[in-house]
Amino acid sequence: MSNRIINWFKFASPQSFYPLAGKMIPWFWALAVAFGIAGLWISFFVAPTDAQQGEGYRIIFVHVPASWMSMFIYLIMAAWAGLGLALKTRLSGMMAQALAPTGALMALLSLWTGALWGKPMWGTWWVWDARLTSELILFFLYIGFIALQAAIDDPRRADKAGAILALVGVVNIPIIYFSVKWWNTLHQGASVSLTKSPSMAQTMLWGMLIMALAFWMYSIAVALMRVRAIILERESHSDWVKELREVKS
Amino acid sequence: MNAFAAIIRRDLLLAMRRKSEMLTALFFFIIVVSLFPLGIGPEPMLLRKIAPGVLWVSALLSTMLSLSRLFATDHADGTLEQLALSPTPLGVLVAGKIVAHWLTSGLPLVLLAPMLGLQFDLDASALWILICALLLGTPLLSLIGSIGAALTLGVRGGGVLLSLLVLPLYIPALIFGAGAVEAHVSGLGAGGHLSLLAALLALAVFFAPWATTAALRISLE
Repeated sequence: MSNRIINWFKFASPQSFYPLAGKMIPWFWALAVAFGIAGLWISFFVAPTDAQQGEGYRIIFVHVPASWMSMFIYLIMAAWAGLGLALKTRLSGMMAQALAPTGALMALLSLWTGALWGKPMWGTWWVWDARLTSELILFFLYIGFIALQAAIDDPRRADKAGAILALVGVVNIPIIYFSVKWWNTLHQGASVSLTKSPSMAQTMLWGMLIMALAFWMYSIAVALMRVRAIILERESHSDWVKELREVKS
Repeated sequence: MNAFAAIIRRDLLLAMRRKSEMLTALFFFIIVVSLFPLGIGPEPMLLRKIAPGVLWVSALLSTMLSLSRLFATDHADGTLEQLALSPTPLGVLVAGKIVAHWLTSGLPLVLLAPMLGLQFDLDASALWILICALLLGTPLLSLIGSIGAALTLGVRGGGVLLSLLVLPLYIPALIFGAGAVEAHVSGLGAGGHLSLLAALLALAVFFAPWATTAALRISLE
């Protein structure tokens, strides 16, 4: 039992996590490429043309996974941030910082592909639908987190301040989501149902799930690469970094 | 409790001695509200429809203006460190500062709003709802804003950053606050919106001073 606890905390140190992340990155990249090729193949060649939406619906194979990831990454980021505040582990803050740009990218991608999908389907680039609006606000929250971390020079302070902001954001996300939802139903403006036809073809679902897996693997790989760069930057004064092969050469 | 009252009295006294800061934010509120009819056009129907939203957005912006000085001067002259070292829990003192901030920036907005509402041709019952919504909502703005003010304390470009952090968090207050008046005007009744606003306020009264204290301790390290 005690052995296991020690093992977990071993990788909380940047020095021991750095080589581990280095070993994991190629695997996640390989999985991301494999799932990506399989998912794109299914979504472009196997999945049937939708009866109502034609070929244009195929953008959901990128749109839906991107939206999922944007929401999920914020939760993971907040979890790392909370862990960092509670246990004062240095790596947690670095992980939160490494995840934020990927999350913001996913939110932007989701908004962008949503607009591209909305134009042919609804005849407009943007409607003030509850999901669109809350995704936009989520994007703002990511930008706020990144901006706050970038504005504070001391990395330890930046981590803690960012952690508080991420936790406040996580409490607020459900409140924002429901307030936007009720606001939207009250206005009855452009109420467009986003729900797809009830019986989604099996292959479409598979394509979407495999694409989601590809996005997962990509996000993990990129976050690990970024966290390695952050470790090198912050630990550049330490001896073990100076001993590294890639730093020496 | 004594210290709580003392810090409110102190902050109010300081605000009274530097009236211009407080008045600037107030006149900003008045000017922004008055700009909208000029930009949109004077049709009473349209003005009546946009009035709650305009008043609320202006209230958010004018609260943003006064937020940056919530802790900044105390941080600059070292008072904040003394407060953190005092035997009274910092959270209580922070709560006192937030109350004082609301009394100097939120309450004047509430009192001014009905007058500005008249410019938008709102009728008396709608004005009452507007006052109720602002009474519940402006403390919420001070409470949430204090977290942002504490996080950006002594940070480069703090003012702009503060608005980036805090404005997305203000969205629920804006929706329910402006929605209350709108629901009343359209005959739906404002009770639900006001209850939700009160619930948010209760939540923020409990959590915000705590989060602000944690953020202040980080920036004092």
